Amino acid sequence: MLQTDVLVIGAGAVGCAIARELTKYRLKVLVVDKNEDVGGEASKSNSAIIHTGYDAPPGTLESQLVVAANPMYELLTKQLDVPYQKVGAILPAFTDEQFEKLPALKAKAFQNRVYDVEYLTGEQLLAMEPNLNPEVKAGLYIPRENIIDPFLLVVAYAENAQQNGAHFLLNTQVTGIRVENGRVVGAQTTAGEVQATYIVNAAGLYCDDVAAMVGKNDYTVNPRKGQFYILDKNTTCKVNHIVLPIPTKVTKGKLMCPTIHGNMLVGPTAEELEDKQDYSTTSEGLASIETDVRRLIPNVNLKDSITQYCGLRPNRNPEGLHVDTYDDVKNYVNLSGVRSTGLTASASLGKYVAQRLIEIGMPVNFNPDFDPIRKGIPRFHEMTYEEQDALIRENPLYGKVICRCETITEGEIVEAIHRPIPARSVDAIKRRLRAGMGRCQGGFCGPRVIEILGRELGVSTEEIRKNQTGSHMITGKVRGERVIANV
Amino acid sequence: MAAAVSAKKQGAGQVLVIERDSSLGGILQQCIHPGFGLSYYDEELTGPEYAGRFIRQAQELGVKALLNSMVLEVLPDGTVICTNGEYGITTVRAKSVVLAMGCRERTRGNIQIPGTRPAGIYTAGAAQRLINRQNEMVGRRVVILGSGDIGMIMARRMTLEGAQVVAVVEIMDFLAGLTRNRVQCLDDFGIPLLLSHTVTRVTGNRRVEGVYVARVDENKKPIPETEEFYPCDTLLLSVGLIPENELSRTAHVEMSPITGGPVVNQSMQTSMPCLFACGNVVHVNDLVDNVSWESEVAGREAARYAMGQLPQSGGTVTCEPGDNVRYICPQHIALTEEEGEVDLYFRVRLPDEKVRIRLLCNGKELGKKSAVKVNPGEMEHIKVSMSDLSAGKLEVHVAKGV
Repeated sequence: MLQTDVLVIGAGAVGCAIARELTKYRLKVLVVDKNEDVGGEASKSNSAIIHTGYDAPPGTLESQLVVAANPMYELLTKQLDVPYQKVGAILPAFTDEQFEKLPALKAKAFQNRVYDVEYLTGEQLLAMEPNLNPEVKAGLYIPRENIIDPFLLVVAYAENAQQNGAHFLLNTQVTGIRVENGRVVGAQTTAGEVQATYIVNAAGLYCDDVAAMVGKNDYTVNPRKGQFYILDKNTTCKVNHIVLPIPTKVTKGKLMCPTIHGNMLVGPTAEELEDKQDYSTTSEGLASIETDVRRLIPNVNLKDSITQYCGLRPNRNPEGLHVDTYDDVKNYVNLSGVRSTGLTASASLGKYVAQRLIEIGMPVNFNPDFDPIRKGIPRFHEMTYEEQDALIRENPLYGKVICRCETITEGEIVEAIHRPIPARSVDAIKRRLRAGMGRCQGGFCGPRVIEILGRELGVSTEEIRKNQTGSHMITGKVRGERVIANV
Repeated sequence: MAAAVSAKKQGAGQVLVIERDSSLGGILQQCIHPGFGLSYYDEELTGPEYAGRFIRQAQELGVKALLNSMVLEVLPDGTVICTNGEYGITTVRAKSVVLAMGCRERTRGNIQIPGTRPAGIYTAGAAQRLINRQNEMVGRRVVILGSGDIGMIMARRMTLEGAQVVAVVEIMDFLAGLTRNRVQCLDDFGIPLLLSHTVTRVTGNRRVEGVYVARVDENKKPIPETEEFYPCDTLLLSVGLIPENELSRTAHVEMSPITGGPVVNQSMQTSMPCLFACGNVVHVNDLVDNVSWESEVAGREAARYAMGQLPQSGGTVTCEPGDNVRYICPQHIALTEEEGEVDLYFRVRLPDEKVRIRLLCNGKELGKKSAVKVNPGEMEHIKVSMSDLSAGKLEVHVAKGV
């Protein structure tokens, strides 16, 4: 039986951030996740923005956490070697009705203690963002809304946690939590029993199911689908800032922004669902993005889209970000209502949850060996020719380009497969390195990545998955040794 | 390879081919079906056989090859920077460069098929590589979207390897690829071709579980009540090819928005004088034979440029697509002292029958020919004599008439 001091359920951005924070103490930390990789759900399909919290509901825990988290990313992304770029957001008003909302939006930012929001004139906004709808009257500038590589943030939290002693058990689902004498003592998982002194529920979309295991399901979570377009780096109409619409009573609306890698991101929709497995884009949803974003950026060219995807935001009913502890279920922390601001809030939530654990009795023994530095995989395409040459001389695999669109080398792929948190699926490689994320969407590198994964993992290619169990890429050999996979 | 052979034959001292793969021949190496060389060699060869002839010829002539080398950047002055595991970052300085990077396939993302994103969705070319070069079977029950040549060839290939091809679905009301491929790859194997249909949705969260197929109206919009579910584990896409011009862009070569390739003259010379281009990187071809002829021109002219033998231009003729013509390659002709003929390759916009093809230079008819059938999937060709041309515009029209 596995034994741990703290069991974290869920290896998304928040779960991995909590795990990393807990390794600053002398504790055994175990993270379990039902997916094959860290960051497999909402953390991988969001708008990749580090928010300021300017529009959070004032006075809430969500507001405090997001506002506190934003300034942490400067140092955190350096320590963890995660691409992070300061771009700033603009909130342009095109109609009189929108114009009249600006003072209230600025006042709300002040209530959230985001004091650096500025009014800008239409001319100023057009000078900053020439592709903006020229009917712009005025707007707000929110300088610290920034962009990040969301996949690498999660991987980096996890790898740094692991390197400081945390354990990760992936492909493992929690099926029950054992409560004895009013306190949690362990969990049943698909990989066996885990004995744990403390349990943290960071299961995101499924946090209500986990909470039900300790009888604390006084809320429900339904998915709120967000569909997005990703546009080619060479698209004809680009923006330099995060361009946000003025929110209405119904929705925060659809935005357009650059990604950290120079693509354009357009979306999301906001659709209330019941089915937590509905990962399908729809023609209606995608059409609504086009209609709405054209009001901001009239010449946006969605024909330049290289892919479309959707994410499921965990929508809590009733609303609100909660971190709860209970008198009748001791040693247990329940997170719920972590929604689209969760990626940003992960930095402060890690610390907040650690503090809550200390408040409920977790012993405070600092780990003097904690190392906050995580070195990422060398990014060949970002290097100078001299640096590339030196790297190839060290390891010739860096001389072989596998993904032609994003210039990702075999050296990087092989390293990703053998990292502390290994990439064992085609999507895990894609999220860490961007191989297959470019304009040919893996048409060129896909067959080669399957081959490298099989070789490096020492398994037959029929075992290679796109992501989870059942998502096999290959159904058998054409000739010779014939293995029929379960289709 | 054809350009390299031709450059060497023209007298170029040193000719180097830079190739990212571990062997020469490019995409032909995975095209194990026959049908190559019918015009060029007057015999039917497979892709590897066709490539093999050029490889042998190149070796005999002393063409050098740098394999496993990905070009990272081409500069307007003919400097080429590539990466290679053995040599590291390598700079090659050339007096002229022929761009022959080919094309890539359009993807699901380009055509925006809604639905889930499971495993089991491949472009036809990726599936072809997996099956023919890596010995990996990609699926058992297949729907193919798009009636491009690779799609039809893969329909036959998968059938021969024991898969069931449920249907080939084409959004247009005519075939995208060659008629001979429909006959040999679909009809002969009883594979249904659904024209004016498209895939409207993909289902299955892990592996493809099926696709919805619907008839489309005259605006190519799916008609919801005709939507039908086709259970399958694989969706192959053969929905068009795009010239692969990332490197042409690094060299700031002028591009054609219609072909997606560099704008070239009759010497296959781009807007950067030392850079030439040929094959699918210029415009997507349907027959390798045409590519070889076009590449011979590029190689020959690049060699002449390198040796300082390419004459100065004394005026330009712009080739303008006329009635029912989508594009003409080359896009312009440089007028020189030299005599000879120029091959104009073009594609029609829409299929038609019993048409007359007319060639006009500044309003004056220079030539005409008739065709029983024209089809956007089959490239057309007409010759023009240099001595007939004068500066201005050259138009090709395709219209009903005998």
